[in-house]
Amino acid sequence: MKPIQTATVQDALQAFVNRDVYLHIETTNGAYAAQNMQGQTPTMAVCAYVRNAVVRFTRATIAGNGPYRAGLQMDQGWIYAEGLTDWTLDEQGRLLMAGHDAEGRLAISLQLSLTPFHV
Amino acid sequence: MERHVMVIMPHPDDETMACGGSIALHRQAGTPVTILCGTLGEMGRNMGNPFFANRETLPALREKELREACEILGTTDVRLMGLRDKTIEFLDPEWLSSRIRADIEAIRPSLVLTYHPLYSVHPDHMALGAAVVRAVAAMSPADRPAVHLRAFGTGSETLGKPDLVVDATPVIEVKMAAIAAHKSQTQGMFARMEAKAAEDPAFKEQMIKQRTIENYWIQKY
Repeated sequence: MKPIQTATVQDALQAFVNRDVYLHIETTNGAYAAQNMQGQTPTMAVCAYVRNAVVRFTRATIAGNGPYRAGLQMDQGWIYAEGLTDWTLDEQGRLLMAGHDAEGRLAISLQLSLTPFHV
Repeated sequence: MERHVMVIMPHPDDETMACGGSIALHRQAGTPVTILCGTLGEMGRNMGNPFFANRETLPALREKELREACEILGTTDVRLMGLRDKTIEFLDPEWLSSRIRADIEAIRPSLVLTYHPLYSVHPDHMALGAAVVRAVAAMSPADRPAVHLRAFGTGSETLGKPDLVVDATPVIEVKMAAIAAHKSQTQGMFARMEAKAAEDPAFKEQMIKQRTIENYWIQKY
């Protein structure tokens, strides 16, 4: 993955507009967030993910100055992600976007594919 | 000496973090050790530091790291269950324990190491530990292996003193090398450790010392 450049990512997003797209979206603060370990302050462990929901959106936009936000407008709703920092178009043509913290840990991801993600 | 040890853990790196010293000691004694790993830790947030994995490349990398770490600990008998990270507690408990029972009956270990069903922090740890306990409970008493449970984190203090304390001092370098082999997961941890050690020289020693002790609670039937 490499740092997001909005113009390039915008082009990549555009390729998924008005098509049936497999979506992977997640956010996490780590399975051990609630633990008093390695000097960290315990908080709630929070995570959500959806893998392989089929969605169709009519407009897709990446915004911000970094970390970036993405909004995908559907006929009956929205897909939203904030905190995106890096992206890649992998060898299978999937658009992978993620937000990494200063230590390289993934905090959020938003991924689009025309074929199902492996489960 | 055990006849055969089976380590049943949900994610690559659990076997090393929780039981790495025990595995290395059993291997040094000549006991075969089979690792049964539930998932490939597909949803881990650590991607290396600086990151070199992404959500889709992570599973294959973690499988490779698992095999390398286990080889360092002395075993190449690594088997995968093909479950999915973070979902173990949502599976049909009956299906899961039958599946594990079949694996235990095929391998016939004298000892199984797994996580404590109530006090091991991660829902996958506890769900898999509970499934192992159910699987062994369903076996006839004569066929049951001993089950030793690793507990840690919030709540584990209520268990009181462990039934068994394994001192991994003789193999601590092997265990630390196996931890480092789980590069995507532990590079950041080692970096934090080195940074803190630069300020406080006692810190690193303390971190390593913590890892020499592997506490177990014996499952009673």
